[in-house]
Amino acid sequence: MTAINPNTPKKDSSPILSVRDLKVHFAIPGKGLFAPDRQLKAVDGVNFDLYPGETLGVVGESGCGKSTLGRAILQLIAPTEGKVAWLGKDIVGAPHREMQPLRRDLQIIFQDPLASLNPRMTIGEIIAEPLVTHKPELGKEEIKARVKRMMARVGLLPQMINRYPHEFSGGQCQRIGIARAMILEPKLIVCDEPVSALDVSIQAQIVNLLQELQREFDLSLIFISHDLSIVRHICHRIMVLYLGNVMELADRDSIYAAPKHPYTKALISAVPIPDPEIERNKERIVLTGDLPSPLSPPSGCVFRTRCPFAKDQCARETPKLEHVSSNQEVACHFHESI
Amino acid sequence: MTTNHILTVENLTTSFQTPDGKVEAVNNVNFALDPGETLGVVGESGSGKTQIFMSIMGLLAKNGASTGSVRYKDTEILNLPPRELNKIRGVSMSMIFQDPMTSLNPYLKISKQMTEVLVEHRGMSEGEALNRAIAMLDRVGIPGAAQRVHMYPHEFSGGMRQRVMIAMALLCDPEVLIADEPTTALDVTVQAQILDLLRDLQKDFNTATVMITHDLGVVAGLCDRVMVMYGGRVVETGSVRDIYYDSHHPYTEGLLKSMPRIDHANEESLFAIPGQPPNLQNLPTGCAYQARCGYVTDRCSAERPVLKSFDQGRASACFREDGK
Ligand SMILES: Nc1ncnc2c1ncn2[C@@H]1O[C@H](COP(=O)(O)OP(=O)(O)OP(=O)(O)O)[C@@H](O)[C@H]1O
Ligand SMILES: Nc1ncnc2c1ncn2[C@@H]1O[C@H](COP(=O)(O)OP(=O)(O)OP(=O)(O)O)[C@@H](O)[C@H]1O
Ligand code: SF4
Ligand code: SF4
Ligand SMILES: [Mg+2]
Ligand SMILES: [Mg+2]
Repeated sequence: MTAINPNTPKKDSSPILSVRDLKVHFAIPGKGLFAPDRQLKAVDGVNFDLYPGETLGVVGESGCGKSTLGRAILQLIAPTEGKVAWLGKDIVGAPHREMQPLRRDLQIIFQDPLASLNPRMTIGEIIAEPLVTHKPELGKEEIKARVKRMMARVGLLPQMINRYPHEFSGGQCQRIGIARAMILEPKLIVCDEPVSALDVSIQAQIVNLLQELQREFDLSLIFISHDLSIVRHICHRIMVLYLGNVMELADRDSIYAAPKHPYTKALISAVPIPDPEIERNKERIVLTGDLPSPLSPPSGCVFRTRCPFAKDQCARETPKLEHVSSNQEVACHFHESI
Repeated sequence: MTTNHILTVENLTTSFQTPDGKVEAVNNVNFALDPGETLGVVGESGSGKTQIFMSIMGLLAKNGASTGSVRYKDTEILNLPPRELNKIRGVSMSMIFQDPMTSLNPYLKISKQMTEVLVEHRGMSEGEALNRAIAMLDRVGIPGAAQRVHMYPHEFSGGMRQRVMIAMALLCDPEVLIADEPTTALDVTVQAQILDLLRDLQKDFNTATVMITHDLGVVAGLCDRVMVMYGGRVVETGSVRDIYYDSHHPYTEGLLKSMPRIDHANEESLFAIPGQPPNLQNLPTGCAYQARCGYVTDRCSAERPVLKSFDQGRASACFREDGK
């Protein structure tokens, strides 16, 4: 095994992506025939910048808005409000003809590797499809050569080019998805739970592959996951979401060494550590209760119904995301005292 | 011979007939479970974890069949007719499934689903059974149990449904509880609640528990002993400390090394076991792990290593044991 240094993001250049006050609200039909629609605030005001070569982790419980955020950034879901600036230019609401050339640089890979591949296409066709769409000027032979090169790069045998997805294992299907996302050499890939469906032994292979590709192509990644151990390994910065709101946004070392938000603390302490002595003796913050319904989120701080430190103020005022240091932002009224 | 094992499994082998031939899902598995003990069963997807316990509980699919021996205390229960098995199943031995909706009937109120078994097996009246159901829901941390017992499964959240499942499994004070990935579908904060609950229940009831999981962190926190499966066979077994601090089988070693850790900043690339899990329909001659193993020798492809005991309660199926 070769030891490799993690990629260093280019923080001194300008961000490739700037997201400002991004909101995605879904209209949910009211219960009665004439009842008004209700608003489900899946993403409710997210801000961040992403630099070339940087990986931003997005974590939080099921339904907190991770996938919706990822799709809204790529304009696969229309944002309700806010700005998504790609290389300095807002792309929210951009017409198809403007978006189309940008799609080359913006790719996505999904959680369920097999379900996201067209079962009637050979894997060669699947991987080639973005090339055929975006670079029709390339000849057949050139496309085939590029597909084979990419297959080899992601660890698939090029002679399997004419096989169908169902003939591959989960890990191999994820490699196919990655090859397809990488074939146009994009600048950003949104990875939506890319290893959650895979065996532990295969997860490590895919995580390593993503990191190698990142270094080689100076890729930026948005890595959506509920696995905080993998996120610690692969991400430079981490955003913690709860009911569509950012609770904490910080660089990797700050958030794991000194989490400031009660929810982040609880999340980190809940992750089981594969070491019996450490796992049995560690301090844990066990949250009570379940996630509230996103249709009627708590007033004030959305986390207050499960927060062990909640006070009256938390029900009245929504805490704003504030800098506690140059690389750590927290949304909690009492982050200094807890 | 009488022992104090609650469950004794010997030479358990389970195979399925499929259009493409026979699948040997479980191969010659041996283990015993003592009262109050927690056994962790780990291994890759398809390694046979679930089917061991489906065989034991008499819940195999129609195309599956088992041979060997499974004793509950001193009674042989493998391949018993359902009528006989039902005296033990769900009463002395209960199983919690990964997806709660597979074992909860969506059209029946929880009250109905919980009281039935008590009326049938414990001879309780409807009223007594309902009280016991409410007490058990309360014990697993369902707020407002007296009202919620009258709700339908879909009216509960994922975490609550899993609690209902645990309450149901514990209704008749089973001596053996088999939990198949009981927290895999849950968020970590809810998983932590459920694991705490299982730990507490174990203290209170001294139930022998089997925890099937792919999460080595869960096993580290909960289990006394661990059984590692690969390709339908047990490849290593030992106490939780032996397995985590002194693993012998190359697969166990690789699995532990490939886990990213939340408590470490690791600046290097992860250790990754190369290749893929084997196809059970097409296992190689010799060791099933040979294609992925860093210690492979010629002998490994010629001969299959058997599970070999060493030290106290430990065993590993690898030729490297011979040299130690
Ligand atoms: N098309 C839609 N219409 C209405 N509600 C939606 C839609 N898509 C998502 N939602 C809701 O928005 C919220 C956020 O969903 P999202 O899929 O983004 O969560 P997530 O964090 O990705 O969860 P998971 O970890 O389960 O994938 C949820 O409450 C979900 O039910
Ligand atoms: N009805 C069936 N017919 C044919 N093969 C089957 C059947 N049920 C299970 N199998 C096979 O038996 C093997 C063992 O399956 P099992 O469910 O025990 O795996 P597992 O270790 O529990 O995996 P997972 O972690 O994915 O739950 C698998 O290869 C599976 O495909
Ligand atoms: S603002 Fe109040 S409720 Fe919200 S996290 Fe801080 S202390 Fe808890
Ligand atoms: S028997 Fe050989 S191939 Fe199998 S685990 Fe041991 S060393 Fe590796
Ligand atoms: Mg999602
Ligand atoms: Mg299983």
